[in-house]
Amino acid sequence: MKQFKGRVIAAGEFEGEAIVSHGGVNTLATFQKSAMANKKEVVASDQNNPDLFGKNITGRALCLPITIGSTTGGLVIQTVCSMKINPKCFLFSEHIDSLAASGIVLARIWEDSDVIAVDNLGKEFLECVKTGDRVRVAQDGTVTVLSD
Amino acid sequence: MEYKMKLTDAQRAVLDGAEGEVKAKVMLTLVKFGEIFGAEKMVPVTHACGHLVTSFGIGLLKPLFRTMDELIDAGLKAEGGFTVDPRPLDYENVKCNPLLKLVFNKFMYSEQARYEEQLLKAGLVDRDAFSCTCYLKETGNIPKKGDVLSWAESSAVVYANSVLGARCNRNSGMLDLFGSIVGCVPYFGLLTDEGRKATWKVYVKTSTKPEAQILGSAIGMKVMEDVPYVYGMEKWLGEEITPETEAYLKDFGAATASNGAVGLYHIDKLTPEAKEAGESLITGDAKTYVIDDAELERVYGSYPNMWKEGAKAKLVFIGCPHLTYGQLVGWSESVLKALKDNGLKKTAVRTVFCSSPAVIAKFKADNAELYAKIKTAGVGITGICPLMYTNNPLTKTTPIATNSNKLRTYSVARYFKDADILKIVSGEA
Repeated sequence: MKQFKGRVIAAGEFEGEAIVSHGGVNTLATFQKSAMANKKEVVASDQNNPDLFGKNITGRALCLPITIGSTTGGLVIQTVCSMKINPKCFLFSEHIDSLAASGIVLARIWEDSDVIAVDNLGKEFLECVKTGDRVRVAQDGTVTVLSD
Repeated sequence: MEYKMKLTDAQRAVLDGAEGEVKAKVMLTLVKFGEIFGAEKMVPVTHACGHLVTSFGIGLLKPLFRTMDELIDAGLKAEGGFTVDPRPLDYENVKCNPLLKLVFNKFMYSEQARYEEQLLKAGLVDRDAFSCTCYLKETGNIPKKGDVLSWAESSAVVYANSVLGARCNRNSGMLDLFGSIVGCVPYFGLLTDEGRKATWKVYVKTSTKPEAQILGSAIGMKVMEDVPYVYGMEKWLGEEITPETEAYLKDFGAATASNGAVGLYHIDKLTPEAKEAGESLITGDAKTYVIDDAELERVYGSYPNMWKEGAKAKLVFIGCPHLTYGQLVGWSESVLKALKDNGLKKTAVRTVFCSSPAVIAKFKADNAELYAKIKTAGVGITGICPLMYTNNPLTKTTPIATNSNKLRTYSVARYFKDADILKIVSGEA
């Protein structure tokens, strides 16, 4: 068990499965296929991200450095939150990027989404957490990796 | 409610609802967004004409249409107007079979007409203002050096910041419009002098002029959202911005932004801030990345091939981002010459050039003979976004070739260098 303290972007509590991307997550490339097909879950479709490609990320804690790619990114996050097929938490090892931040703010203000986001968890967080680990997220931005 | 950001009385009044609930929500979104980045204030947008990334009426984007309705019903619009990314469809120039048309019309872009009406009500400057290259002179949404923008579209933002010296963060769709509506944006990141400093020194040491899209891809993947200062390009690009350099930097920047998250780059001795401030733009602890021939080949070789084994190209897209006028003429001449050399009258593979409506109109008007010849050779010339065409279940098994690293990133299209694309189009490959 290991704990990391990050900054709260959008507060909430969560305990569940982690899915980890060591590279930047291209939001459009990752979410578009499932969202456009109106699927009930997002199977990551970014061919350039071997950590996520083909994996279900809905309802999980997406652990990532930042998001990258198209500036539709924020709107894509807003949309998947509106469809309730979003990762339950976005856990950023680095400072959140502008597109992900837009998406989280849009989702919280315009969709009343309960999506959780914590950033600045540090590089060690991404080195520690593995896909399939259970993580617990507290209101104050403390993230506990329950299994490693 | 208390905010960390210092707001003017007018901004605070908007936030408190003096101009209606919806405008207050728009301002709240921008303030909350800015606070995440430690913005201490909102600053005026000085280049009034915005640019929006969201140009497509995908039925699924319900939050977008609902928000647009809310804004319009509240009487809100971008007073300075805006341009927007390319349309998704053009059946006249990008032929589709009846099944594909059905998928596009009934399922994917079922809200296109409604959304275009919403855009017009919200401030779209005209019905032809659909292009990702709004900053080219033909479309004419050109900010000045130092202007503060409320734009989205990653390739347009990186171009405006880097080549024009304007100041714009990598805004998301929706926030681009919000900033244009309230006329101010949070002051942080690429709007600040500090945020425009380079944290990477990139040395280009190739033996030939690097393919813009591969060089941009390599840098984007390496630096992610950081600012690179690139040395060694004067040998290939010179020290003045010309139409050819604009085209190169457009493609280079689009690849840095889509394969990474670059919002600004400096090219030593070429881009405006590098010319003005030189190496003082680089932070003391900048990291180093050296790009030689082997590195470019390594990056090129790392692109996954999503085609079925043994598949041959059935469709070629050239022009993502949209081709400049010079590129449109250049590709037309190159394709016609290659066809002639190979004894062909028509392209061996269905080929589409993408450019802005304004550039296509100029091409038709100023170069009518070449336009007629390239059309006769079977090339479609269109203002659509190829990504929006490729984004559907029916084309995912079509082997699409492209020289766009952006299109490769967001679709199953396969990337080829310019010379190889020409071979495919002219039946040599």
